[in-house]
Amino acid sequence: MGFFLETLFGGLMAGMLYALVALGFVLIFKASGVFNFAQGAMVLFAALAMARFAEWVPAWLGLESKLVANLLGFGLAMVCMVGVAWVIERFVLGKLVNQEGITLLMATLGITYFLDGFGQTVFGSDIYKIDIGMPKDPLFILESTFEGGILLSQEDLIAALIAAALVATLALFFQYTATGRALRAVADDHQAAQSIGIPLSRIWVIVWSVAGFAALVAGMIWGSKLGVQFSLSQVALKALPVVILGGLTSVPGAIIGGLIIGVGEKLSEVYIGPMLGGGIEIWFAYVLALGFLLVRPQGLFGEKIIDRV
Amino acid sequence: MFYRENGQFKTSYRADQQIFPITQDRVALVALLAFAFLVVPMLASEYFFRAILIPFLILSLAAIGLNILVGYCGQISLGTGAFMAIGAYGAYNFFVRIEGMPLIVALVMGGVCATVVGVLFGIPSLRIKGLYLAVATLAAQFFTDWAFLRIKWFTNDSSSGSVSVSGLNVLGLPIETPVQRYLFCLTVVCICALLAKNLVRGHIGRAWMAMRDMDVAAAVIGIRPIHAKLSAFAVSSFFVGLAGGLWGFVHLGSWEPAAFSIDRSFQLLFMVIIGGLGSIMGSFFGAAFIVLLPLFINQVPAMLGVPISTALAAHLEAMIFGALIVFFLIVEPHGLARLWSTAKEKLRLWPFPH
Repeated sequence: MGFFLETLFGGLMAGMLYALVALGFVLIFKASGVFNFAQGAMVLFAALAMARFAEWVPAWLGLESKLVANLLGFGLAMVCMVGVAWVIERFVLGKLVNQEGITLLMATLGITYFLDGFGQTVFGSDIYKIDIGMPKDPLFILESTFEGGILLSQEDLIAALIAAALVATLALFFQYTATGRALRAVADDHQAAQSIGIPLSRIWVIVWSVAGFAALVAGMIWGSKLGVQFSLSQVALKALPVVILGGLTSVPGAIIGGLIIGVGEKLSEVYIGPMLGGGIEIWFAYVLALGFLLVRPQGLFGEKIIDRV
Repeated sequence: MFYRENGQFKTSYRADQQIFPITQDRVALVALLAFAFLVVPMLASEYFFRAILIPFLILSLAAIGLNILVGYCGQISLGTGAFMAIGAYGAYNFFVRIEGMPLIVALVMGGVCATVVGVLFGIPSLRIKGLYLAVATLAAQFFTDWAFLRIKWFTNDSSSGSVSVSGLNVLGLPIETPVQRYLFCLTVVCICALLAKNLVRGHIGRAWMAMRDMDVAAAVIGIRPIHAKLSAFAVSSFFVGLAGGLWGFVHLGSWEPAAFSIDRSFQLLFMVIIGGLGSIMGSFFGAAFIVLLPLFINQVPAMLGVPISTALAAHLEAMIFGALIVFFLIVEPHGLARLWSTAKEKLRLWPFPH
């Protein structure tokens, strides 16, 4: 029982991080109908930018404090992400307005490759560290209930808390600010939003910037756990089944989907994996999402898809 | 002046419906094939065969397969590498497990295996579509990556995880030297391209295109979605599987699952986009482009006297691919094939354009 709970918690916390990446997908899909395959590349790019700026800037300015270095790195990386958002709007999406979803998906594939290559050219392609001072020691809880207690990684716990805080902030932002309202209007109906004077292109830049922010937070957390390197962009491939499971247009769906995938993946690896030869984490999420789609094609919380001729 | 069909009158339906209705096209094609079959084997060097011609031919075949699915039927697939892998490993299993299995039969059986799995993974397309389906095809990719690495049965219990074939021959003719490999691939690709071209211009192809353009409307006018979608998945997977078999048997000789990773899937998708969605000719253009570009990026700076590191070349390649894909989607969504047909239109009027 103790072991089961340990796996469960591990899964929940991994799931929170998937949800964070998935959130970027959902935001962009909601506001512009673009299935943003480049979210993973954005995570890598943001993390690379942060890791490198946190290293370079203190060296230029002669700063000592790690906190300041990290804050500067974070801020500059955010500036980069806004720049990326602007470039994408200006040179890609702005030119592909009113195209089909598949065309836009392929355009984001192109962006993926470009960002991967560009980021590694500018920032280098070794493994870099992001050290935001997260405690590495494991934590034991419920020692009285179970023998040996349940092992929790403090790092994961903090990461999950940051993720939860980010999600709450975004939810508030969407619900209560004027920009958030504009974003929701655009998501509902582009043309109607435009006709009441909401500038589409600015909204898109904002959405992509917010998605860039989500990518930056995700990249920071993953990067501080695993180091910043190319494999980080593969994290996005984990987030795809999450969005599919949760429904492309639903923020709560991304979070619950993330938790389900995180837990399912860990439990299946531990309990079913040995029977199948191990390593089933790679495809389990996809097969789960695929099976689910057959029953409910729009995902858990997605909007019902209605076809009209 | 030379490319003009004035005076070429069609007096029968047969003549009107041939693949290349213009005489000049037919002559050019026969000349091209003669060149490919007779002149190239005499001229090209061994490196040219191994690094350019053979990969180009095999990837063209895979791109034709993918183009049928994505370009003609509108079902986006990110799992092409998986079907190539199934073709390769399927063919391998038939080849080593059955005594005296002819190479061609093994390759075709590999294609049939890919067809079966392709149809299985195509079944969700009846219920889900577009973006959701793209992710569903990724499931195929990850599952096969895992299966061929972990399930020993598929690799005939090889200890290293990689498999190899040797002693290839067709009807007693050995396929050992690069020239022989090239001619074998060329023959297979020509036959398959002809098959594909004929499929897409017949009623099956029209059903696919109707599905692509608007599936609900197509269903309303009496095209059965099940038949159209699953036949596209089947035909596409067969070609892709066959290409996978060729890639493993003829190009690589020995391979492991990494040869058919998700990068291969993306590479093939790019060929289809850059070459031209919904064009058999475009598949060849796309394959040529994507095979040649990395060589170009690696060679040109060195020739200009600015040698660049391997890592930088790889990053540059990714950036150029990415930028080109976006460029083509914006400027010429029908890819190189459209440029080609525009050029032909211009040639018809040349030298007296209106």
